[in-house]
Amino acid sequence: MKALAGGYARARDVTHALDLLAQADGMGRVLAGGQSLIAAMNMRLSTGDMLVDISRIADLRGVAVEDGCLRIGALTRHADIGTDPLVATHAPLLVQAVHHIAHAAIRNRGTIGGSLAHADPAAEFPACVLALGGTIHLQGPEGVRQVAAEDFFVDVFETAIEEGEILTAITLPLLEAGERHVLIETARRSGDYALAGLCVVKRAAGHRVTAFSVGPRPVLAMAAMERLDAGDTAGAVDALRAEIDPPSDTQASAAYRRHLAGVLLTRALHDLTGETA
Amino acid sequence: MTEAFRDRIDIALTVNGEAVEGRVPAGRHLIDFLRLDLGLTGSHASCEHGVCGACTIHVDGQAVRGCLMLAAQADGAEVWTLEGLTETGVIRDLQDAFVERNALQCGYCTPGMLASIKELLDMGGVPDRATIREHLSGNYCRCTGYEAIIDAVESVAKARAGEAAA
Amino acid sequence: MTISFGNPDRPNSYIGKTVPRPNAPRLVQGRGKYVDDIVLPRMAHVVFVRSPHAHAKIGAIDTAEAAAVKGVLRIFTGADIAEVCTPWVAVLAHLKGLKSPPQHALAVDRACWVGDPVVAVVATSRAAAEEAAALVEVDYAPLPAVTDMMSALDADTPVLHPDMGDNLAFRRLHEEGDVEAAFASAHKVVEARFKTARHTGVTLEPRSILVDWNPAEGQMTAWHATQAPHMMQTVFAKHLDLPEGRVRVICDDVGGSYGIKVHVYPDEVATAAIAKIMARPIKFVADRLESFTTDIHARDHEIGARIAVDETGKILAMDIDDWTAIGAYSVYPRTSAIEGNQVVNLCGGPYDFAHYRAQTSVVFQNKTPTCQYRAVGHPIAVAVTEGLVDMAAAELGMDPVEIRRRNMYADDAYPVTSPAKMRFEGLSHHASMDKLMALMDYEGLRAEQAELRKKGIHRGIGIASFIELTNPSPFMYGIGGARISAQDGCTVRMDPDGSIVALSGVTEQGQGTEAMLAQIVAEGVGVAPGRVRVITGDTQVTPYGGGTWASRGAGIGGEAALQSALALKGSILEVAGAMLQAPADALDIRDGQVVDTATGEARMPLEELGRIVYFRGDTLPKGLPRELVQTRHFITSDYPFAFTNGVQASYLEVDTGTGEVKLLKHWCVEDCGRIINPQLVDEQIRGGIVQGLGGALFEEIHYDEDGQLLNGSMADYLVPMAAEMPDMVIGHVETPTMESTLGAKGAGEAGTAGAPAAVMNAINDALRPLGAQVTAMPFTPERILRAMGQIED
Repeated sequence: MKALAGGYARARDVTHALDLLAQADGMGRVLAGGQSLIAAMNMRLSTGDMLVDISRIADLRGVAVEDGCLRIGALTRHADIGTDPLVATHAPLLVQAVHHIAHAAIRNRGTIGGSLAHADPAAEFPACVLALGGTIHLQGPEGVRQVAAEDFFVDVFETAIEEGEILTAITLPLLEAGERHVLIETARRSGDYALAGLCVVKRAAGHRVTAFSVGPRPVLAMAAMERLDAGDTAGAVDALRAEIDPPSDTQASAAYRRHLAGVLLTRALHDLTGETA
Repeated sequence: MTEAFRDRIDIALTVNGEAVEGRVPAGRHLIDFLRLDLGLTGSHASCEHGVCGACTIHVDGQAVRGCLMLAAQADGAEVWTLEGLTETGVIRDLQDAFVERNALQCGYCTPGMLASIKELLDMGGVPDRATIREHLSGNYCRCTGYEAIIDAVESVAKARAGEAAA
Repeated sequence: MTISFGNPDRPNSYIGKTVPRPNAPRLVQGRGKYVDDIVLPRMAHVVFVRSPHAHAKIGAIDTAEAAAVKGVLRIFTGADIAEVCTPWVAVLAHLKGLKSPPQHALAVDRACWVGDPVVAVVATSRAAAEEAAALVEVDYAPLPAVTDMMSALDADTPVLHPDMGDNLAFRRLHEEGDVEAAFASAHKVVEARFKTARHTGVTLEPRSILVDWNPAEGQMTAWHATQAPHMMQTVFAKHLDLPEGRVRVICDDVGGSYGIKVHVYPDEVATAAIAKIMARPIKFVADRLESFTTDIHARDHEIGARIAVDETGKILAMDIDDWTAIGAYSVYPRTSAIEGNQVVNLCGGPYDFAHYRAQTSVVFQNKTPTCQYRAVGHPIAVAVTEGLVDMAAAELGMDPVEIRRRNMYADDAYPVTSPAKMRFEGLSHHASMDKLMALMDYEGLRAEQAELRKKGIHRGIGIASFIELTNPSPFMYGIGGARISAQDGCTVRMDPDGSIVALSGVTEQGQGTEAMLAQIVAEGVGVAPGRVRVITGDTQVTPYGGGTWASRGAGIGGEAALQSALALKGSILEVAGAMLQAPADALDIRDGQVVDTATGEARMPLEELGRIVYFRGDTLPKGLPRELVQTRHFITSDYPFAFTNGVQASYLEVDTGTGEVKLLKHWCVEDCGRIINPQLVDEQIRGGIVQGLGGALFEEIHYDEDGQLLNGSMADYLVPMAAEMPDMVIGHVETPTMESTLGAKGAGEAGTAGAPAAVMNAINDALRPLGAQVTAMPFTPERILRAMGQIED
């Protein structure tokens, strides 16, 4: 299987990338780590793309604490997130996620911005950013804008990114005292997409629970969160199972995924309390 | 097509320590460039969708999937394939261990397997068997059942650690 | 000449020792030569347009737009190829009633599965050919697809091939004793329904072929990733109307086979046809996505089965009703009836019982054809047999090891003929079981299991005894009319420097064939293995042979090598005797030296003998035979097959919350007769086990009811990977076959044969206290939770 690209251009900086996208007549595709896009191109699921390679834009890479937030550049690679001390301090959920994402060689190239922009409903990072209440930073011809994670994920492989825009960074709230994160998932094999997975964030203000691989986009499990905040664990499990609408595919049925999500929530809560105990 | 986009891209990079240049189609992945344009057939393409690991090579010091990187993206990069790793002798002990332990049968996965293992061994220490298995979980081998590969990696890690300690 | 295998200190004792593989250093240095590594002048690439429909009438084909793509050289339809390539029919005379329609290299008029090749596009690069192939327009008129196995013979199911009359490709009923009476009088009868999923081999190197036709020489050369070069030589010659002697098939390094590369694939024959038409080299390398729809599939079986036992656990009878769906065609030339036939032959294999009935029904479907894949039929027969035996033991409250001990053929009972009419020369079920018990500390594991169960941890121990069919005689294919050679040959020669060259008809696919042959020849002649260069995989060079399949390389190819090596030694010693004025039988060759047998005193290095024979033949007596080359062929004749046996055990943990299975450890004790290279045998067993574990836990081709393949990528068809696989303990019992001097039987399929059954029994052992049981592979988390009644739809 040989990819058929329409053309390739390497962007020097974000402005240049935006210019290139504008010139691409709607065929522009941002190429970051390429770990999903190039696979799709090789399988001829995507042909004729005008590739805008942003992978060399240094400004888009790296982690910092800025303005009371953890800012992660879009091109920060999975492997770097897994070892970054600031991420470990402020968003341990992402570190947990990295261990579940594919395999070492993929993590060396794949980027967090690419993962969010690709918006695979089975991917870990989108669910993490949603669970952490993160903000996605976009830049387009009209300037920059910020989108809350709650509003960012629209459908399978579909996000709030508009034509001609580029995802530049993610900001996350800094870890508060006593805050705890758990990511739990079940996959058929190590590194496979999860049959179902959950992120649980426990903060003073309450719980945030997101589920992935159980619908067309990561789900913020509001009903389950409410039951957890009320101290009703069993009710949270029932609520979670009720508020997700998982797909069936060759790996598992909707019914299994729904059941599994409940099992995982029970286990995640056990992990949370186990840590405090 | 606009001026800015090219469907043939000129690239210059270092492969196995040698400077090479090429003009590649925009969609050509790095493994095809190495195999078809440079004749470096020690790198293998198999699934070409990033799952099997047969095409794993080193780019700028890291193990990557050669089928999930465009040749155009390798402009200016430092690429090492099994041919080069062999010539420099940096994985000689690992190669010897593979032969001694029969950690390969058909040999098709072996170049990618060795590239992945090199990255693990370069981290130092003696990883436990579960860690070795986990690190290689993206490299498919249909022949060996993996155990001989895990044994070979473990033996080399122990030998290197022993040397480091001595 | 004999070899005292029992004496490890005998001279040149290479047989039975771990000797490194001569081809391994090449492969770890990136110096392999696989088909796709070969580039020839004027070489072009072919890509196939494949049917997107499971069943469709092929109408007009518009290639105009495709032909305009830069780099495209020619485009061929089925009709174009049919002008130079005759169709084939895959039947065998001894499989009575087997039928299959003629199959063309490219579909003509009708496409019969998703992936059936319809149009061939030839271009200067694979990329250009792919680009053009996407632009070929075929006017398909979809036809009703047959996709359900169990209703394939129903009156209201359309007949896939109207000329064939119905959808039944083959049926065989075997009956021995009085089955009904045995069941009627039994103490207990246990019944179950088993399923094995459709698998495919997923060789890491895709199917690959490069064919050149040189009309000036009248010679076709095919570089082919194949297990059977001589068989392919015959096939190309026959269907492309060439003299067999003008077709050369070369098989260099092959990136995995497992049975996938022993069949005739229409796209590969089409590639050869195109090379003949275009008179230039044409390369076809399947891509991974087309591998899933066009490599043969296997193991798509549903089996209703029951077993009758008496109060003591003695097996009285087994009754097997096996169904399998083979796709749209029986695969040429081995046919697709063999797998079902094997199920009939192999069920109940380890056990001494009297009443047996087994039927296989083989039906056509609009899916990828199925055919022989590693351990053909064994994983199915072993799962059914061992599953039933475990269920019977549970019903009787008997330990699963005990019930097996009460039923396995006694180790001194041989030769025996099984109720399936298989003849066993010599097996070691009890010795193997004893060894397994010791290796795994069965009692200790049982205690650990019980202890953990109190803590809510559900571990299971599964045992699976098995037999494996190896060293096939012409009874497998030859008697049915297929030109598939059961004999094999080896030519061994000594060159002037005293080094030895061995040319063998068996092939290397990574098993270590060349190492095995090198050490046999080394011992047979009396030189170090490093002095032996082995050449395989070239029909123009090696003796005619069958290649590598059905675990025949060591047993058949190895014996031919041994006999030719011993013959060469005789020739060398005859010359040496003349030169040294000594009787030849007082001399021996040890480590490359002619020596006195009695004293071991060195008399002459082989290179000196070589110098005299090749350059100073004038100094030798006139008339002295001086051919330092010998060829021997070997075929088994006393038994149709050399059966091996063994027993496997699996230890695993079931997560009763998620349904996940974690494999903790696996054991296999196996008896492949004489072990030539312990390491190579162990690694064949390990690799085979993991292939079986894949079938038990992960592998399953899914189709929808329209015949669309749903998981044709490596992201979706799950093969076993390193993280989930256990360490494996391998042990051996050696019962050499008396059919050969070497005494070797095969070892390539034992692992795959027994592993799925061991895992199934272990899972059910873990689940039994919970009242759950699984019998449909693969045992996915979902299937396990469903068996436990945990999933509400």
